[in-house]
Amino acid sequence: MSQQVSRYFVPEPSHWPIFGSMALFCMASGAALWMNKVHAGPWVFVTGLAILAYMLFGWFGTVIRESEGGRYNKQVDTSFRWSMGWFIFSEVMFFAAFFGALFYTRVLSVPDLASGDNLALLYHGFTDVWPNAGPAFKETFHPMEPWGLPAINTALLLSSGATLTWAHWGLLKDNRKQLIIGLALTVILGALFLTFQVHEYGEAYEHLNLKLTTGVYGSTFFMLTGFHGFHVTLGATMLTVILLRSIAGHFKPDHHFAFEAVAWYWHFVDVVWLLLFVLVYWL
Amino acid sequence: MEAVHAGAHGHDHGHHPTGLMRWITTTNHKDIGTMYLWFSFTMFMVGGAMAMVIRAELFEPGLQIVSPEFFNQMITLHALIMVFGAIMPAFVGFANWMIPLQIGASDMAFARMNNWSFWILPVAGSMLILSLFVPGGAAGTGWTMYPPLSIQMGMGMDFAIFGLHLLGMSSIMGSINIITTILNLRAPGMSLMRMPLFCWTWLITAYLLLAVMPVLAGAITMLLTDRHFGTSFFNAAGGGDPVMFQHIFWFFGHPEVYIIALPAFGVISQVIPAFSRKHIFGYASMVYAIAAIALISFFVWAHHMFTTGIPLTGQLYFMYATMLIAVPTGVKVFNWTATMWKGALSFETPMLFAIGFLFLFTLGGFSGLVCAITAIDIQLQDTYYVVAHFHYVMVAGALFSAYAGAYYWLPKWTGHMYNETLGKLHFWLTLIFFNMTFFVQHFLGLAGMPRRVPDYALQFAEFNKISSIGSFGLGISQLLFLYIVIKTIKGGPKAGDKPWDGAEGLEWTVPSPAPHHTFEDPPVIK
Repeated sequence: MSQQVSRYFVPEPSHWPIFGSMALFCMASGAALWMNKVHAGPWVFVTGLAILAYMLFGWFGTVIRESEGGRYNKQVDTSFRWSMGWFIFSEVMFFAAFFGALFYTRVLSVPDLASGDNLALLYHGFTDVWPNAGPAFKETFHPMEPWGLPAINTALLLSSGATLTWAHWGLLKDNRKQLIIGLALTVILGALFLTFQVHEYGEAYEHLNLKLTTGVYGSTFFMLTGFHGFHVTLGATMLTVILLRSIAGHFKPDHHFAFEAVAWYWHFVDVVWLLLFVLVYWL
Repeated sequence: MEAVHAGAHGHDHGHHPTGLMRWITTTNHKDIGTMYLWFSFTMFMVGGAMAMVIRAELFEPGLQIVSPEFFNQMITLHALIMVFGAIMPAFVGFANWMIPLQIGASDMAFARMNNWSFWILPVAGSMLILSLFVPGGAAGTGWTMYPPLSIQMGMGMDFAIFGLHLLGMSSIMGSINIITTILNLRAPGMSLMRMPLFCWTWLITAYLLLAVMPVLAGAITMLLTDRHFGTSFFNAAGGGDPVMFQHIFWFFGHPEVYIIALPAFGVISQVIPAFSRKHIFGYASMVYAIAAIALISFFVWAHHMFTTGIPLTGQLYFMYATMLIAVPTGVKVFNWTATMWKGALSFETPMLFAIGFLFLFTLGGFSGLVCAITAIDIQLQDTYYVVAHFHYVMVAGALFSAYAGAYYWLPKWTGHMYNETLGKLHFWLTLIFFNMTFFVQHFLGLAGMPRRVPDYALQFAEFNKISSIGSFGLGISQLLFLYIVIKTIKGGPKAGDKPWDGAEGLEWTVPSPAPHHTFEDPPVIK
């Protein structure tokens, strides 16, 4: 930053939010129509997605220009830090709902269905084992083995956390080469993770008979890993933006919160994966 | 509100859009607060109209006006619109207007995102209202959306689910903005423990919102995948459990009650000292009480589920934990009372609403304690007693407090004094009709009348008739508020910088109406 501005930055009126709202309206109503097999549904949804992409490019572009233009003082920087921290907290709570569902089914609902009146009157012979697809599920399926691809994916994500930190050290020392190589490695590791995840889903559907519809095991497995994969996709996209910005010469050793925000987010996604690996795949 | 800011553009820099585009693109916390308040009142009218449909149907036993299906849709939308469209945005509107003024900040921390938080609301509100017009109509599950009924609903349910997702996004962005503003933008010298209590309540409310709105999002996402993608979260045949939805929903739902109540407490904590001409009694204990209420609210959710077959130990735990909330709430009620003790009281409209709040909210709290007792709740679950209880909290609690705040700050917003006679008339009509509507519902519930049913047994006829007449009166009286506000915007006696001689806080150091930009350079608090 060239010079400190004293007043807190208050932006001029902006038309980006209303584009965001239009996008959300199209996406929400489009998705609702789509799921009910109304023909216009997908088109409405995709239109919303396009508006959202336009809005994100425009809005973040504006923010980047303002940041590089030195309009954010230290106080604004602190605001960004608070807000990113609280945003990640809300994400934690989002995942908590699904981990809570996993806990509930494993500790309460499946044992309940396999005991007492449920066992005696409704579901004869139903046993409390995990993985479990419920008393009405008559096919056979195989759970996902932890020590194959998932273990490799764990290693991938953990090393991506390391390369990201290494890139950050580079940025702090103003070693641009280290910054860019570190970020590029992180993006590659993230992309590899996603590729393996897609492959794993294919395996599950084709060879393991493990599907979203495979009772409560399939539900929790795909919901948790799916939302995690979605967050990895977002994180990798954000990392790519940061990489491109680094190549374009953005960020200074003392002014680079966008980098740190993405790093926080990436580490958060990493921690969620560790929980997933232990609670969904392993135990 | 165009006229309000007409003279305030003097020192705006650059080219600013005018007309409709001004409101669409604005990054000004006062504009955005104003929009929140108008949106809230609009939704209040829509949700109120639905309440009128409900009470008209219940005017007499038998089915006469609407079909049972439509009645259920009205029940559901009335609740969703009132909770998420009317009450919550009303207090976010107060937060937008008053927090920067009270802490000496030039605006909210993220002014553009603030605009988006607002402009998501009309979209989400439209999703809820549009759901009435899709095949099958709106969701008829009640606002709690319990499966398996919600799994079987038509397209309207999906509109409600996505509408709630959008409301959640708006709340999360709004909360991040409010927390950051309070933590980072306070004027020099304004330590946390010198902050007005309204800001404290919002700091903790925003934290609650960030903690539980994502949980609601998770719950309704599972509902959506159970509906359309064959998952079995709430399906026993697949190893899931419909009761699990209730656990997750109420983990959101109970803190949600305090998300609504805490800002209401905040407003009351500004109004009562102002008209008692004393400082608030026990400031620090008020702060700790707010924090304690918020914390305990996470551990009491299953008191909504005493009849679902949860184990007896669970019932007892949730009963005691729930009663524990009465302790910090009691601290607050006693502190407000002690603030008035030996004060130089005067009874302008904001104070009337605040005292109305104090009496009736406490009554709602007591009926809540009654419901908390497991053995009694098994009788009261899903009866009109519960309806009476939460309307004492939501209407006499939140709505009365919102009115207290609106009359209290109206001079600051508009630069004019409202008509005191009409304000008092509005209070008394609201008070009388409110009690006429809801007090009798306690008796109906104790006598066993179930909620959410369009017909009832003959012995309930008299009380229902009284309740319906009361509700029509209550509905019509609220139009008086609209008239008073418009009249105040258009004219009326000029308000001074500090029209209430007992009022405290930085907001009274700026002119009335508050200029478009305030505290661009922060004031120093000594």
